[in-house]
Amino acid sequence: MNQETTLSADKYWKANLRITFTLLFFWALIGLGGGILAADWLNQFTLPGTHYPLGFWIAHQGSIVGFVIIIFIYALLLNRLDKRHKADLDAAANRSDTLKEDPS
Amino acid sequence: MSVLEWTWIFVGCTFCLYLGIAWWARVADTKGFYIAGGGVPAPANGMATAADWMSAASYISMAGLISTMGYAGGVYLMGWTGGFVLLALLLAPYLRKFGKFTVPDFVGDRYESQTGRIVAVLCALFVSFTYVAGQMRGVGVVFGRFLEVDVNTGVVIGMIVVVIYATLGGMKGITWTQVAQYWVLITAFLVPAIAISIRLTGSFFPQAGLGGELIDEAGMGFLTKLDQIQTDLGFSPYTTPFLGSWDKWNVFLVAFTLMVGTAGLPHVIVRFYTVKSPKAARWSGFWALFFISALYLSAPAVAGFARYFMLVSLNGTPAEQTPAWFTNWERTGLVLWMDDGDEHFAYTGDERNEIFRRGNLSDTAYVGIVKEHQRWIDTLGSSGADGRIEMSKLGLSGPDRDIIVLATPEMAQLAPWIIAFVAAGGLAAALSTASGLLLVISSSVAHDLYYRIINPKATEKQRLLVGRGVIAVAVVIAGLFGIYPPGFVSQVVAFAFGLAASSFFPTIVLGIFSKRVGTTPAIAGMLGGIGFTGFYILGTVFFGMERWTFGIFPEGINPQGIGTIGMLINFALTLCLTPFFPAPSKKVIELIDRIREPEFAGDAVVIEEAPEH
Repeated sequence: MNQETTLSADKYWKANLRITFTLLFFWALIGLGGGILAADWLNQFTLPGTHYPLGFWIAHQGSIVGFVIIIFIYALLLNRLDKRHKADLDAAANRSDTLKEDPS
Repeated sequence: MSVLEWTWIFVGCTFCLYLGIAWWARVADTKGFYIAGGGVPAPANGMATAADWMSAASYISMAGLISTMGYAGGVYLMGWTGGFVLLALLLAPYLRKFGKFTVPDFVGDRYESQTGRIVAVLCALFVSFTYVAGQMRGVGVVFGRFLEVDVNTGVVIGMIVVVIYATLGGMKGITWTQVAQYWVLITAFLVPAIAISIRLTGSFFPQAGLGGELIDEAGMGFLTKLDQIQTDLGFSPYTTPFLGSWDKWNVFLVAFTLMVGTAGLPHVIVRFYTVKSPKAARWSGFWALFFISALYLSAPAVAGFARYFMLVSLNGTPAEQTPAWFTNWERTGLVLWMDDGDEHFAYTGDERNEIFRRGNLSDTAYVGIVKEHQRWIDTLGSSGADGRIEMSKLGLSGPDRDIIVLATPEMAQLAPWIIAFVAAGGLAAALSTASGLLLVISSSVAHDLYYRIINPKATEKQRLLVGRGVIAVAVVIAGLFGIYPPGFVSQVVAFAFGLAASSFFPTIVLGIFSKRVGTTPAIAGMLGGIGFTGFYILGTVFFGMERWTFGIFPEGINPQGIGTIGMLINFALTLCLTPFFPAPSKKVIELIDRIREPEFAGDAVVIEEAPEH
């Protein structure tokens, strides 16, 4: 592994951590925050258009929908990141190839 | 046609289907046996994961739990689905990139420790056996009620079917059977849910129905009405959070333990080895939760509707109009009626209650209570003893929650074929999970213990033979659990989650996300976490120890939630010890780099190229 690929790998890992932990923040916000810690307060509202108390709805329905969306976004973003990372690596490999061929 | 005939037809057809798939997918090598050849498409793997993961507990017990717990039942909904997020984001893609068979493999290789491997094997075995016991009980309940055969015969039939398709097809057979089982169980769950929702609220979607209005009383929200009935009958309102021992912190701790525990369950983790690449593992995680959510979003609706039917159809009903479902289920002992002498049913949350369940009462104890109660009624209270007081002292008030899902279609008086279909769905849920777990047990013993520790020179053929043999033995043990159900199954399941939360999860996460954590701190953390969690659960559940309050939890910590604290202890212990012990070797650092890096070192993770193949 040369310097350029190490750099690229570092960059990839940092971006990966950023995406993962941002999504985990929303995971905690929906599940632990809305569904539990703030549920009693949220229950004074109802979900618009229904008779669901809001805190109860988040605990029994909303959080699950949120979790599905979070995993969807994760798969989308990370697979895109993988693709970009592969392009970076290929470019780096090409450059080192041309360097080798260059007699100077 | 009667419910019984329909049930035989559905159960017969689905069993033939499972066996047919197993024959079609039979395998001849360990790769196919343990990880289905590593080439299952993401959506199919998602369905299989969903079926594997939705056990008899999800299908039969969960809606029943929610039905009696109301808001607090949400801990299971949020806990089990939220855990999937942790699994998909923190573990699945990396373990897939790691590319070996099992979780103990990861622990053993990452921490370069045979001790760690053995500890992990033992945890995996314990968690799996606990779970299998619960599945076999589910099979027994369904057979006992719907096919009117002896419960033991039912368990034996279930065992034979599982053993055939698991030993024949291994993971490949199991995966494709689970895809079929997913469709059986989800249709069986949704059809009655939709039918009941239409009948009660006029809404096709049960999720909208639960938040909608009653057909009979325009303008009256279903949940508002349910809260009202609950309050009138002396129960706590259905939608109000944090009542009784379910205070905010206990709900939080239990939900969090279930989340983290789910992420550490070996039979779910192993599913992500069956896909082609980390990319497919990510999509597979999405598909799995997507398919799971179809059931998890409907279960709360079924729970609410069931609660309503149960309260409305029983209360004030005279003895001569006993509902048919009640008579049917009374035979199983899962629901009982002890009249106060007025010959009208009463199911309430206070001393007027007349509905009980038999639980684990022995024959003599039960007959004794019934006799005394009859005398108490006959003599108008001058002799004998009020059985209702005895039963509520024993904590047996209300029907067994396991019957809620299975009895709701009968309560709502749906067509016989729908009721029969629900039974087939329950069997699919129990069998799919049981087979997945049996495979984990088999791989733990045959791969991690036999091949990696006892006989590393074993040939492919020997390993496959041991793997199949272990499944057969494990099925027999699981079947014995089903025939002689240990009374502590439900408590032990809570134990399994706490254990997974306090052991596997921190150790695997640190193994992936830290390059510094070495062998000794990790094992110390794992043992510390399990030790603490195990001590508290054993103490409070089995030895009558007082629940700990730490001065901040007024109700004491629910043993189901202690895993969160065990997990924190594991993390803290590992991280505090780390600076004093050597960092992992160069080989391990390379392993971590390879796991984190989707491209580097090519696709060296293709299973065929992994060193021991």
